[in-house]
Amino acid sequence: MRFLFKTDYEDDIKLFPHSGYVVSYGTLLAFLLIAPFVLSSYLVSQLVFVCIYATVGVGLMILTGFTGQASLGHAAFLAIGAYTAAYLQQFNVPFPVYFLAGGLLTGVVGALVGFPALRLTGIYLVIATISFGFIVEEVLARWESVTHGNEGMRVKTLSLFGQAVPQNGPAFYYLCLAVLILTIVGALNLLRSPTGRAFVAIRDSETAARSMGVNVSLYKVKSFAISAAITGLAGVLFAHKLSFISPEMFTLQLSIEFIIVILIGGAFSLHGAVLGAIFLVMIDPFLTYLKDDLPGIIAGIAATFGADSIAAGKIHDNVAAIASANGLKGAIYGVIIVLFVLFEPLGLYGRWLKIKLFFQLFPLYKRATFKRQKIYVKSERNR
Amino acid sequence: MLDFVQQLVSGIALGCVYGLIALGFVLIYKATEVVNFAQGDLMMLGGFFAFTFIGMLGLNYWLGFAGAVIAMALFGMLAERVVVRPILGYPQFSIIMATIGLGYFLRSVVGMIWGTDDFKIETPFSDGVLRIGSLVLAYDKLSVIAATIILCALLYLFFNRTTLGTAMRASSENMLAAYYMGIPVKRVVSIVWAIAAAVATAAGVLLAPITFIHSNVGLVLGLKAFPAAVLGGFGSIPGAVVGGVLIGVIESMAGFYLPQGWKDVAPYIVLLVVLLLKPEGLFGVHMRKKV
Repeated sequence: MRFLFKTDYEDDIKLFPHSGYVVSYGTLLAFLLIAPFVLSSYLVSQLVFVCIYATVGVGLMILTGFTGQASLGHAAFLAIGAYTAAYLQQFNVPFPVYFLAGGLLTGVVGALVGFPALRLTGIYLVIATISFGFIVEEVLARWESVTHGNEGMRVKTLSLFGQAVPQNGPAFYYLCLAVLILTIVGALNLLRSPTGRAFVAIRDSETAARSMGVNVSLYKVKSFAISAAITGLAGVLFAHKLSFISPEMFTLQLSIEFIIVILIGGAFSLHGAVLGAIFLVMIDPFLTYLKDDLPGIIAGIAATFGADSIAAGKIHDNVAAIASANGLKGAIYGVIIVLFVLFEPLGLYGRWLKIKLFFQLFPLYKRATFKRQKIYVKSERNR
Repeated sequence: MLDFVQQLVSGIALGCVYGLIALGFVLIYKATEVVNFAQGDLMMLGGFFAFTFIGMLGLNYWLGFAGAVIAMALFGMLAERVVVRPILGYPQFSIIMATIGLGYFLRSVVGMIWGTDDFKIETPFSDGVLRIGSLVLAYDKLSVIAATIILCALLYLFFNRTTLGTAMRASSENMLAAYYMGIPVKRVVSIVWAIAAAVATAAGVLLAPITFIHSNVGLVLGLKAFPAAVLGGFGSIPGAVVGGVLIGVIESMAGFYLPQGWKDVAPYIVLLVVLLLKPEGLFGVHMRKKV
């Protein structure tokens, strides 16, 4: 195993602690850059969604993972970004301007949400953010002079410096990738600055943070604003990717999906946001695959174990019926959430860390290293 | 004036349904400090069980009602055992996510089994109306109100007068201490889930004649029950019902007197105002923070 020898604080906060990081992230970046040339256009389109969801995931991770403030209203922030883009686009505002305006406006709204949220913790905060989401959804549906109500808004093709960037082309993919990478680097820098340290201190114990001189209210509002602004930027890209937006896209369902992103990816790390986004977006192609190929595979297995052709055909039809049933996606979501909460609370990134540690410490790895403590008193109230 | 009273009664009837769902939240919250986001979906599932017993198997209404309540009580215990018990004691957020997952699962499985149509349950009091002067009150709405009052009174007595109720309150305060005092905490939690699921079923069956039963009804109404529970204070049984009634009345008044669109938003605006001004709710107890 590798031992890092740190001599000063600069070593401790380096973005790339050792050369291994440069190699692995360089390889990943190289793969992502050539992806549009080797992958099918469908998969590239999914990758764009991965980038957008991961950007939102990073925003949500700053708020929920690092500041400890749960939010089930992030679809509303995404909606504000998307609608700002669609609205400003009508007046021929150039992309860089409305891109930043979308982020800025959403950030301001996020700060406004952050103020009432100061007094709320735990479940109350979750409920308040859900209500915020509903109210925004309803405002979008009713404020017809700006949002065109339930008819929705068409978003024109993005044009950057006079060049059209169609939402299915590789250029749009590179744009989303660049936004994601810049967001991640920005978030990493934020997290190693005093602000980021204050966020983590608030998450771990508000009282302790306050007694160490952290202005809890200020940093909570900051965290809300930053998280919302990042989500707003993603919203602009989201609007362009879909090229049509309407209020019913930004429901509680979407907010829950964002929470699933950071839950599955693993709270407390930016890697988690990206892994979770990959997982969530790639469920769709996987389900399509399941619908097409799974019945044949299962019937084949049954046939090898001695089922005759009629029985195998029946199995094929039954499996096909289940795999193509409506609402299967919801059931799979549900099962996945429950399984992750029960068995993999640290998410995919946590699993990766466990595997890494297992090999580093082999044969001395202890399961208890990652065990969480159970608290049976009113823990959340006393924190 | 007549319109006002008419709106008031239908608001109260709707509010009672919110109150019954909120009652489920409060029961589980009181006993385990867990917020069950799948409470509305338990109600929906209960409604479908009752529909199966009454509408499809042709049982007597009361027999089917009782059957659904018992089946759902068992289901509540099962859900507690499988999903909730392993994560008791972990941060609230994990449990919220687990129950959200459970809700997703129930909605989509119900959609697969029963389909996504609207269903209606025939009740003995579906059609009749009570006339007082020129005021017309439908029996199905009155039945919801009556049942809510009875259930609320029973549960209030249960929690405050019986040993089991006291045990539940004790385990909510501090599970570990309750366990040391000889309270079978696991069984208590399991019984609480059974009661909550049974109450949810009662709500679902009573609701069926008013708004039909479909696989998303739990999500829609469950989310409206949150403002009710918060308004009443998250740990108070009478508070849940009072909060539910208030939300129901506010919603139906907003639908009648305010422009279109306010009806759906009004409960949430009330919720945000309550959270800002009095986060512990009308009947809640203010918790002091200990360091």
